[in-house]
Amino acid sequence: MIRSIAVVGASLAGLSAARALRNQAYDGTIIAIGAEPHVPYDRPPLSKAFLAGTCTEDDLALGDPDESLEVDWRLGTAAVRLNPGSRSVTLADGSEVHADAVILATGARARQLPGTEGLNGVHTLRTLDDAVALRADLAAAERLVVVGAGFIGAEVASSARSLGLDVTVIEALPTPLAGPLGAELGAVCAGLHADHGVHLRTGVGVAAVTGGSRVEAVELTDGTRLPADVVVVGIGASANVEWLIGSGLDLANGVVTDAAGATRVPSVVAIGDCAAAYSPYAGGVVRSEHWTHALEQPAAAVATLLGERREHTAAPYFWSDQYGVRIQFAGHRTGTDSVRIVEGDPDQRSFLAVYERAGRPVAVLGMNQPKLFTRWRRQLSAPDPAPASAA
Amino acid sequence: MSQPVCPLSAIPKGEAYRWEVEPPIAIFHTEDGEVFAIDDTCTHQDASLADGWLEGCEVECPLHASRFDLRTGKVDAPPAKKPVRTHQVTVTDGIVHVAVSDAAPNLPPGV
Ligand SMILES: Cc1cc2nc3c(=O)[nH]c(=O)nc-3n(C[C@H](O)[C@H](O)[C@H](O)COP(=O)(O)OP(=O)(O)OC[C@H]3O[C@@H](n4cnc5c(N)ncnc54)[C@H](O)[C@@H]3O)c2cc1C
Ligand code: FES
Repeated sequence: MIRSIAVVGASLAGLSAARALRNQAYDGTIIAIGAEPHVPYDRPPLSKAFLAGTCTEDDLALGDPDESLEVDWRLGTAAVRLNPGSRSVTLADGSEVHADAVILATGARARQLPGTEGLNGVHTLRTLDDAVALRADLAAAERLVVVGAGFIGAEVASSARSLGLDVTVIEALPTPLAGPLGAELGAVCAGLHADHGVHLRTGVGVAAVTGGSRVEAVELTDGTRLPADVVVVGIGASANVEWLIGSGLDLANGVVTDAAGATRVPSVVAIGDCAAAYSPYAGGVVRSEHWTHALEQPAAAVATLLGERREHTAAPYFWSDQYGVRIQFAGHRTGTDSVRIVEGDPDQRSFLAVYERAGRPVAVLGMNQPKLFTRWRRQLSAPDPAPASAA
Repeated sequence: MSQPVCPLSAIPKGEAYRWEVEPPIAIFHTEDGEVFAIDDTCTHQDASLADGWLEGCEVECPLHASRFDLRTGKVDAPPAKKPVRTHQVTVTDGIVHVAVSDAAPNLPPGV
């Protein structure tokens, strides 16, 4: 019988797990261990409203003062080792937390651009502290260069533009967002930059970021030199799983789990951005780095942990807000799916596109179409396992 | 004071109508034929609940899936923390009338 549970990682997935434990009538001890000193807060606004200055730190709180989860929060100290034999977690200050079961929710961290460490004015954006520092730096800046035209890079560009900065976005791929959205619709989303006076340069890499103690310019592989007061690097995130090396868990770009959140080690489940879970939509193991996944999937993993195995079967979903345009995507696409615009017009920045495989909708993308999007999202079903060649 | 908004026939069952007042109000016609009015803007962030998914007496926000009880405005599922304001609805001679609440709305940050 499980009477004590350690949740490692005190953000969206960790908090959602604590809520799910209480909802599922678990009344034992919950100890939540978090590396950051902050109580759980919401990350999506960090690149959007918080950076643009239209929401405050208080608005980011995920917890509700009216809810009593009875969690013992151990904040500001990272876990450094999981000892499955003795069922304990060792913290950075040397202390040990013993528990009957462990929920892994350590999320991910922003990738750095090699060679820019310690150069003032070069930022990544993952945490509240990152956002506070970036916001302060942008307030005194005129020229921003964003490296990476993924969703976070695009949102930072949009927020900085709204603050009046001159913004250039650099993308190594020929088409931004071609991975998640496909080249055709990736190009439509990337078109938002030009609509709003942001320069986008694609198919070009960063040769060097130069400066003395503070950044002065970004040099591109085609020889262009872009002067910059601030640089934001948005080139993806890596799972925070190094601390689990040697614990017996299967680690492959995240903690590998089945569709129910179970890992190879009994009484240890993994959730949110740190987990590489089997997805029936992808037909394989994927690390789903989306907010809604971290919100909803913990309920299934918690049920599994408490002995009522439950698979998380909802279609993957994410949104992005840029330049006042709302982008929503659900499902899983592969390069061979066909794309059909079923409503609106990409040139008007309002449309709904459906990705189809063998005549069945497998993914849907909406731009400023929340109502239709919601209806289509509900119709997505997990595709039959994709043939190996189509993956 | 109650104000006429639209004919009930303009809102099919299972659908919602956004009444463009300040702040906007969403009027829902449930599958069971009941009619409810709540503030249209989600209390979490800026999304229109009339664009959401109606199930029974509950609407799910189209952005992050908070669920609100149409009868009370209460939050049934996070991330929203504050209830939405509800308004009194009457249907007279096939016309939907709404009496706008004089309680303060729970608008999200930045709206
Ligand atoms: C700027 C930004 C914008 C985003 N916008 C969107 C969006 O618009 N839409 C969308 O769908 N998703 C968005 N996301 C993604 C979304 O925020 C993540 O999917 C979500 O935060 C994942 O939650 P998590 O709890 O799994 O991990 P995280 O939020 O990464 O939290 C993990 C926590 O664990 C802590 N931790 C790490 N290692 C240890 C350790 N060893 N011991 C103890 N604690 C540890 C970390 O400090 C952190 O607090 C955005 C993310 C960022 C950064
Ligand atoms: S805006 Fe409604 S749940 Fe977030």
